[in-house]
Amino acid sequence: MPGKLKVKIVAGRHLPVMDRASDLTDAFVEVKFGNTTFKTDVYLKSLNPQWNSEWFKFEVDDEDLQDEPLQITVLDHDTYSANDAIGKVYIDIDPLLYSEAATVISGWFPIYDTIHGIRGEINVIVKVDLFNDLNRFRQSSCGVKFFCTTSIPKCYRAVIIHGFVEELVVNEDPEYQWIDRIRTPRASNEARQRLISLMSGELQRKIGLKVLEMRGNAVVGYLQCFDLEGESGLVVRAIGTACTLDKLSSPAAFLPACNSPSKEMKESPLVHPPSHGCRSTHNSPIHTATGSRLTQNFSVSVPTLIYTGMGSGSAGKEGGPFKALLRQQTQSALEQREFPFFTLTAFPPGFLVHVGGVVSARSVKLLDRIHNPAFVGIMGNTRSYKLLDWNSFNSDEPETRDAWWAEIRQEIKSHAKALGCHAVVGYSESTSICEEVCILSASGTAAVLNPRFLQDGTLEGCLEQRLEENLPVGCGFCHIPYDELNMPFPAHLTYCYNCRKQKVPDVLFTTIDLPTDATVVGKGCLIQARLCRLKKKAQAEANATAISNLLPFMEYEVHTQLMNKLKLKGMNALFGLRIQITVGENMLMGLASATGVYLAALPTPGGIQIAGKTPNDGSYEQHISHMQKKINDTIAKNKELYEINPPETSEELIGSPIPEPRQHSRLLRSQSESSDEVTELDLSHGKKDAFVLEIDDTDALEDVHSLLTDVPPPPGFYSCNTEIMPGINNWTSEIQMFTSVRVTRLSSLNLTNQALNKNFNDLCENLLKSLYFKLRSMIPCCLCHVNFTVSLPEDELIQVTVTAVAITFDKNQALQTTKTHVEKSLQRASTDNEELLQFPLELCSDSIPSHPFPPAKEHLESASSNSGIPAAQRAVTVEKASPMGEGNFRNRSAPPCANSTVGVVKMTPLSFIPGAKITKYLGIINMFFIRETTSLREEGGVSGFLHAFIAEVFAMVRAHVAALGGNAVVSYIMKQCVFMENPNKNQAQCLINVSGDAVVFVRESDLEVVSTQHPTANCQPLCAGGEVTT
Amino acid sequence: MTSELDIFVGNTTLIDEDVYRLWLDGYSVSDAVALRVRSGILEQTGATAAVLQSDTMDHYRTFHMLERLLHAPPKLLHQLIFQIPPSRQALLIERYYAFDEAFVREVLGKKLSKGTKKDLDDISTKTGITLKSCRRQFDNFKRVFKVVEEMRGSLVDNIQQHFLLSDRLSRDYAAIVFFANNRFETGKKKLQYLSFGDFAFCAELMIQNWTLGAVGEAPTDPDSQVDDMDVDLDKEFLQDLKELKVLVADKDLLDLHKSLVCTTLRGKLTVFSEMEANFKNLSRGLVNVAAKLTHNKDVRDLFVDLVEKFVEPCRSDHWPLADVRLFLNQYSASVHSLDGFRHQALWDRYMGTLRGCLLRLYHD
Repeated sequence: MPGKLKVKIVAGRHLPVMDRASDLTDAFVEVKFGNTTFKTDVYLKSLNPQWNSEWFKFEVDDEDLQDEPLQITVLDHDTYSANDAIGKVYIDIDPLLYSEAATVISGWFPIYDTIHGIRGEINVIVKVDLFNDLNRFRQSSCGVKFFCTTSIPKCYRAVIIHGFVEELVVNEDPEYQWIDRIRTPRASNEARQRLISLMSGELQRKIGLKVLEMRGNAVVGYLQCFDLEGESGLVVRAIGTACTLDKLSSPAAFLPACNSPSKEMKESPLVHPPSHGCRSTHNSPIHTATGSRLTQNFSVSVPTLIYTGMGSGSAGKEGGPFKALLRQQTQSALEQREFPFFTLTAFPPGFLVHVGGVVSARSVKLLDRIHNPAFVGIMGNTRSYKLLDWNSFNSDEPETRDAWWAEIRQEIKSHAKALGCHAVVGYSESTSICEEVCILSASGTAAVLNPRFLQDGTLEGCLEQRLEENLPVGCGFCHIPYDELNMPFPAHLTYCYNCRKQKVPDVLFTTIDLPTDATVVGKGCLIQARLCRLKKKAQAEANATAISNLLPFMEYEVHTQLMNKLKLKGMNALFGLRIQITVGENMLMGLASATGVYLAALPTPGGIQIAGKTPNDGSYEQHISHMQKKINDTIAKNKELYEINPPETSEELIGSPIPEPRQHSRLLRSQSESSDEVTELDLSHGKKDAFVLEIDDTDALEDVHSLLTDVPPPPGFYSCNTEIMPGINNWTSEIQMFTSVRVTRLSSLNLTNQALNKNFNDLCENLLKSLYFKLRSMIPCCLCHVNFTVSLPEDELIQVTVTAVAITFDKNQALQTTKTHVEKSLQRASTDNEELLQFPLELCSDSIPSHPFPPAKEHLESASSNSGIPAAQRAVTVEKASPMGEGNFRNRSAPPCANSTVGVVKMTPLSFIPGAKITKYLGIINMFFIRETTSLREEGGVSGFLHAFIAEVFAMVRAHVAALGGNAVVSYIMKQCVFMENPNKNQAQCLINVSGDAVVFVRESDLEVVSTQHPTANCQPLCAGGEVTT
Repeated sequence: MTSELDIFVGNTTLIDEDVYRLWLDGYSVSDAVALRVRSGILEQTGATAAVLQSDTMDHYRTFHMLERLLHAPPKLLHQLIFQIPPSRQALLIERYYAFDEAFVREVLGKKLSKGTKKDLDDISTKTGITLKSCRRQFDNFKRVFKVVEEMRGSLVDNIQQHFLLSDRLSRDYAAIVFFANNRFETGKKKLQYLSFGDFAFCAELMIQNWTLGAVGEAPTDPDSQVDDMDVDLDKEFLQDLKELKVLVADKDLLDLHKSLVCTTLRGKLTVFSEMEANFKNLSRGLVNVAAKLTHNKDVRDLFVDLVEKFVEPCRSDHWPLADVRLFLNQYSASVHSLDGFRHQALWDRYMGTLRGCLLRLYHD
């Protein structure tokens, strides 16, 4: 009997009137866990009942504790007829199962009904007594911590980063069961909510088990998703990165270490020279495989790829402790390492050695269970594309889905190898389902990680590292990990503009956040590529074939658009790239979002040249030159807007030698010719230069126009889809997280691709414009972590959902950014509450003693000379921040007691809260809600319905966080927002899935007095750290 | 391409004060958009009309959802659905319960029942305030009235506690409730020159001095619903006021009173002769008003009577305000020197309040 769950129902308030006659309610509560149910007394005639019940005790297995949600139902007692349900509260008790998180859940929870929404609140106290269980065959994984945050959580230190964990569970969707025909919508919704709650509990437990097998104690970057496959079932799947985390206050026992790469080495039979000697090969910033064409294309270009042969680390360098650790690990843990993937997007400095580029893979699958002879035709086709897995028609078998994903992951892994990388970081997976067709997508950034950095820093190792890599701050990760002599596709390589020693590509695309030590010129901006393609309506396999034929073209065009827009902004790198392909009945939509920046290490991007096809026509030429001028003007304007100064200036600041003549890069570019036909699919842009636009038909003309129609944000606004905006470091504490949803109906008449593109483009642009307008009071401000999701709920409907956070910043300080790197990182340290740098702190303080040079004295000197700066800057920031904060949140920052108002809970998609320090992680929030209405008009139409529902979801998230004792949710994400309407029947239904990490934060201004010494102390090793790697 | 659905939900609920005002003023979304366009916001922000339309719709939807909570402001504080900083909550409530001078003058003292609501159309036409806004204001009056009508204790405190209004606004509502409960006539033509502020001032004085609560008496029977401490006039007091009649009925007393006042004021008033000539009329008027207050109908006509019997005669003789003040002070004070008059306390309770009211009512 490993656990005792105790629940007390205290009171209710604001209950709805259930008895029309008396305008009152006779409420009582049912508390259910597993198969046990308790009831409170009926509290007669009150809308604010005080039950003050006894402690209801449930004695349960910890397995159940993890899987089952606590279910609290509030009912109205009725003597003569059945009791009426008022609503329910589901409480995930997982946060109570590990010691460092919450110890009690206590607070007011909104009582939720899937038909009526929130109907009053209930005050509940929940506690868990856990008994130690030493049974090693146990099925539970209590104690494994889960984090949505895709970096090492603040106030923790990674002892070991074990690597990729994944799991999925499958069930029948209650909405599609036969019983659904005879039960009420409420019963059906509740069955679904409960099932998903159960499934995610089970999933989390299973993942936890895997983590325990790997000897980890936490999952970071945990991403759980639902696939509503309709008839064929419901899939809940999750990926994450297993870690061993240490609470920061405790003394460091181990050096931070990354197991995965070393594991990789162990597996590989071939020992390769360290990364640079690696003879492989791919320069495409996006390296994609979509369906057969690409696969073919790919296999031709990289014929020498062998999975196991590509370990690019140095196998001989494994440290003793590692071996010991590895030996301890179970077989299944080893199998997990088949995929050296990391869901993390931000890393401790030095962890990331090189970045190869984006790798992605997509696969179209049929969810249909019915055997259809027609499939044979496709399978017999020359295309090697796997539409269907013949052996796995039974979708209730998780193995089928497992196999699908395994396939995709293998592909990703092989792409990474092709780029000379042994790991994939910033890894994520997604699906798009329409009827019985499902597109599975995975993407990440191929990277070379630094295992030596994470081992005991022996003298040779460090020396060697210095000699062979000589990594300067802020450019090392840009250096190509592949061999320039053996590239499958021609690419423009130049010597790094920062260190002049290593080769860098001319552009770099990644899915990760901008590394904190990267040297950036100017500011970044959100760059989006938007694309629609019509598709004939078709059934099953024909449909799947059509889709898989379209996909490569879409990838290509999305990539071209991204490239062009990047050039137009005068920038040379993309971070946080996320390409979403959505499938609908009669079209495919592609939406790529990323944050463009100018990396100082990469060459200055060339302009965009327009080339016409009919040279003899004078007016046409004129037109072309006019366009060219417009484009050039835009580029110049953008450079000014994003403060992209001529690189000379930045180079002077960095203090590197005068660069080689810049003509060199220009020369390279001018040589490139555009001779190929567009129809030839070649994602690499190897021969067809990405930035020469040919205007040979209206399509191309449209492209150019669409390029120019992207309006920059109004003055005072910036936007990005990464955690923080490059070039802005002085955030103030005012944040506003929001979700915006738009559904647009396309006119069904003669839709063309162009019209579609324009519609889609307008939709996104208008949405952004609306956001800028709404948030104008926050200027100067930046929209961070802008996350667009596109879905096609019906034939002619496009739904775009955006979640982001607006953060104000201090303009005065923003002007004096980009001085020197050190100063910049100091500023960042002071504003990003130095948590980002906890890692460097630990790393450096550990590695300094064993490090041969620079001498410790120098450290001290540099540290002491700098030590004043952060504190001073911090003071300024705080000082300047406070009037603003007080203006808008006058009473909010005060402890929520005086007016007995509800405590403020902040929500943000970021992993940090500006101007604050996260002191405790309380556990993961993972909630799934269904809302349905049969009185759509009365609730204000679709907008009124969804507006209220999203507000309710926010409220329920906040209430749960507050009950855990927290005051914020970080890494918040709305993973799903499925909206369906039937205006004719006056009905609508919506499903929303959100997650995040509940935390406790303390304002830095509150900390100030206590720990003036502390931040300074933290910053010192940082400065030192900067020097160490130089 | 049309937007079927277009929403924006912030973790902290966005409140645009300008749009809130337009909403409170009862403008439709399209009118509000037109007004906002006219305010030059498009030029300032570089937004398009479509953006403005979407933004206005969003705010209107939010306000619509908030309205339910605004009907019981403490709910707004405790609810979990909208995260709104307290300062903003206060602003929402205060603005929602604010009313137009023109509107309140129309309904002040009227019965706040459904019957009157039909007149809202007329009021709307007459005042130029949108019908929607009239509805809101009227419903606010009615709601506050319903809640505090039966409540014991200080009227202002009750309103403040249940509607979380500012002190100023709570006092105004107290006046509205008090007037509505006692149904004072304020709509007569001769009362048109009076502002809401004038009436509210009088109401406050009357609540302080003429109600049960004013005496500080604990109700004898706590279960009795007879008298609400602050809302109803002290019936016993009104009954007693009959006793004052002796001041004008007894000729000697009246003459003595007059001579006392005249002696003191001689040479001090610019309108002394007019005062002397009118003294008996004025005194009769003031005392008769008091004596009549036992009848509900006469209570309703209190202000009409005061204006007719005192303000108008004085005004026609062009009394300066300073003279009115001197006269009233002396008029009330001299009664203490009338040996035959035994109801000094009663007189002070009556005249103290009336003097304040009359001085406030005496203007053009």
